[in-house]
Amino acid sequence: MPIAGNIEAAGRWRAGSLSLDARAPGGPIERAWDKARFEMKLVSPANKRKHEIIVVGSGLAGASAAATLAELGYNVKCFCFQDSPRRAHSIAAQGGINAAKNYHNDGDSVYRLFYDTVKGGDFRSREANVYRLAQISVQIIDQCVAQGVPFAREYGGTLANRSFGGAQVSRTFYARGQTGQQLLLGAYQALERQVDAGRVKMFPRTEMLDLVVVDGRARGIVTRDLVSGAIESHAADAVVLATGGYGNVYYLSTNAKGSNCTAIWRAYKRGAAFANPCFTQIHPTCIPVSGHYQSKLTLMSESLRNDGRIWVPLNKGDKRAPNEIPEAERDYYLERRYPSFGNLVPRDVASRNAKAVCDEGRGVGEHGLGVYLDFADAIARLGRAVIEERYGNLFEMYQRITGENPYQTPMRIYPAIHYTMGGLWVDYQLMSTIPGLFVIGEANFSDHGANRLGASALMQGLSDGYFILPYTLGNYLAGEKFEKADPLSPEFREAQDAVAERTRRLLEARGRRTVDSFHRELGKLVWDYCGMSRNAGGLEHAIGKIRELGEEYWREVKVPGAAKEINQSLEKAGRVADFFELAELMCIDALHRDESCGAHFREEHQTPDGEALRDDARFSYVAAWQYNGGDPPLLNKEPLRFEYVHPSQRSYK
Amino acid sequence: MKLIFHIWRQRDGRSPGRMVRYEQDGLNPDMSMLEALDVLNEELILKGEDPVVFEHDCREGICGSCGFMINGVAHGPLSKTTVCQLTLRHFDNGAELYLEPWRAKAFPILRDLMVDRSALDRIIASGGYISTPAGSAPDGNAIPVSKEAAERAMDAAACIGCGACVAACPNASASLFTGAKIAHLGLLPQGQPERARRALRMVARMNEEGFGQCTNIGECEAVCPKGIRVEVISRMNRDFLKASWTARRAGAD
Repeated sequence: MPIAGNIEAAGRWRAGSLSLDARAPGGPIERAWDKARFEMKLVSPANKRKHEIIVVGSGLAGASAAATLAELGYNVKCFCFQDSPRRAHSIAAQGGINAAKNYHNDGDSVYRLFYDTVKGGDFRSREANVYRLAQISVQIIDQCVAQGVPFAREYGGTLANRSFGGAQVSRTFYARGQTGQQLLLGAYQALERQVDAGRVKMFPRTEMLDLVVVDGRARGIVTRDLVSGAIESHAADAVVLATGGYGNVYYLSTNAKGSNCTAIWRAYKRGAAFANPCFTQIHPTCIPVSGHYQSKLTLMSESLRNDGRIWVPLNKGDKRAPNEIPEAERDYYLERRYPSFGNLVPRDVASRNAKAVCDEGRGVGEHGLGVYLDFADAIARLGRAVIEERYGNLFEMYQRITGENPYQTPMRIYPAIHYTMGGLWVDYQLMSTIPGLFVIGEANFSDHGANRLGASALMQGLSDGYFILPYTLGNYLAGEKFEKADPLSPEFREAQDAVAERTRRLLEARGRRTVDSFHRELGKLVWDYCGMSRNAGGLEHAIGKIRELGEEYWREVKVPGAAKEINQSLEKAGRVADFFELAELMCIDALHRDESCGAHFREEHQTPDGEALRDDARFSYVAAWQYNGGDPPLLNKEPLRFEYVHPSQRSYK
Repeated sequence: MKLIFHIWRQRDGRSPGRMVRYEQDGLNPDMSMLEALDVLNEELILKGEDPVVFEHDCREGICGSCGFMINGVAHGPLSKTTVCQLTLRHFDNGAELYLEPWRAKAFPILRDLMVDRSALDRIIASGGYISTPAGSAPDGNAIPVSKEAAERAMDAAACIGCGACVAACPNASASLFTGAKIAHLGLLPQGQPERARRALRMVARMNEEGFGQCTNIGECEAVCPKGIRVEVISRMNRDFLKASWTARRAGAD
């Protein structure tokens, strides 16, 4: 598949020569996972305890993996930068988790969840992975119920469901607006049980700053103790990264302030391929920005779109209060344009439409960057009590932040960066291009293609952690021979020295600008040129600007304090340094992908009515980027084949 | 708007600490308390001073990282709100605010407003779980749970582990935190097999960690950002007493 030669000639990237074997089993897709499991080599119980495994990250994927590996008998070391594994950012997921249980008898099935996910991802994901995810979804609910996750119930005691964006069936399980919290606490409690049993050693307040590769295999990590500042090496037989997404490259996002790309970026620089970095998801329902001091954006669960109706004034510059705008002068633009899905279109479609009406000058709120999400009809139809039961805590949160009461006046919402579909490339076994380095949850690229459906992130994190990695990791260990890795070997020392050197450079720059001021500027560049819509000229411009700003960063950043103490500025400084490099790769990837697909909307490629226009002949592949020293990155391609869900233009009309 | 902060500054657990006064002008009433501290820290960094260390992560009131005392009240004056969601519009222009870390023997101070809350993890590790290894679960609907039980369990499970209850309690008791987990799991059918063991072990660990006893003061409920009720402490006491009694009888047999 040739790529537009003129751009490649500009020297932004070169062709790579990695062979990307996805190791997906052939044969009927319904039996692929069974077949793969049967073909896997097993580690005997007596040998499991001889293996040391490192898990970095303690969110849904990391905590569930660490707990399950320990239950199987492995020795696990689990790392997180927070003061407790319970605080990982999975905790903030609100709306729910999908599963193909068909408890509502409304026509759901494993196949339908698979189909919806491939289609929702705009045909840029690997079919075999997605099918497996849909199959496992069913087991996840069982597991979480058994752990005591207090899912919402019907009066008869059975599990309740709600519907969610991108789906026409009711398959989302939830625990009020705190589903992520409850699922994470379930995994965290399972993890703590293993900590108590001595099978997991937990390292809170410890940040991974490099990956150690010995003889081509991942054998350990270098960390910084965030309290003492000590740089330490940890050796193991395999390393699992469960470090989440990189949405904070945009500075303002719905991610927690600490969420960062450092672990996966360090792995990239040690040879792991990075797939589809430009696939970043904008969530349609967030509270709009209110001022320049703003430190983060707050998401309002997408489940609100079940009962809320989205609208803007029909006429430009209509500054009347929402209650004074008569029905005839409102434009319920999603219901108008997409009659069959209405307010429940997928996230990318909802976000782009919000941007479009605001760009037309019909946005609401002080800065004109907002649309209404109105519950008046739902309250009239169902009564306030029902709405309160469904969304009470979300309404409370909205009122706390904005000072407005959404029971009386419509909410104002605007899209914000929320999730990153891109991540380290992994095969069907969840192993990266570095043998022994596994990547799970949001940190990998695997299952969501170019756009993730609502309530599917929790499903993927737990599927990877509870039910896939524990098998595939064993398969890897059983097929390899291990001598104990030596933390004093040259590879470990080199990595440790590199970390110490970076730390020294950041502290000694003693420039004139704070880390946050750089981060804010970087974030705005990425949001403006590699955000909700992109074009070639803008991306070229952004790449130049990002490089310039990145160079200034290393000269002009001011990091107070010392290396051997609690130093939150130093922590941030290292993360932002990596965001600069990642931002450039995102723009290169967005530039090379000369089509629109899912969340990646290239203005040059749209249908006459403004929908994303894919180019399957040229771009039906995963772009897996390889670090190439200071030279342009290398582009490798994993072709995608669709044997079950045939690529069509997505239609939610 | 203008605020006058008095903030507890302490280098580490071994050094003495003191209150330091900072005047902040030009603040926006829509800012959160933590955003005001961000602005202060940016100024301190540019002046070559050490920024104020405080914990925070999600900034939407769910991760439980943040928290400090504002004028003696854990998480400040607004009920059911963590400091990350506490906007300045709730304070008078020119107000003086005293910010101090959680103070409890079981929460050693690490720096400024940051304390070590790992004792709470150890309480959970001692029994705050239902033992179900991955793969061993029956179908989700095989275990019916009444809507009421699920709702009450969820009320208790909403705890974010921030530690405000401990900080507010004159005895520095962790009973609200521990009781919340015991109630959450004990209200569900899945939690019954380990109910007695859970209560015995979690209460024992809570005592070992140096938390005080509950004397029914209720400050914990008043400051809890998730509105956890002191009823969970009654449940804990009931489960603990019953389990101790049964254990003693079993020992005598």
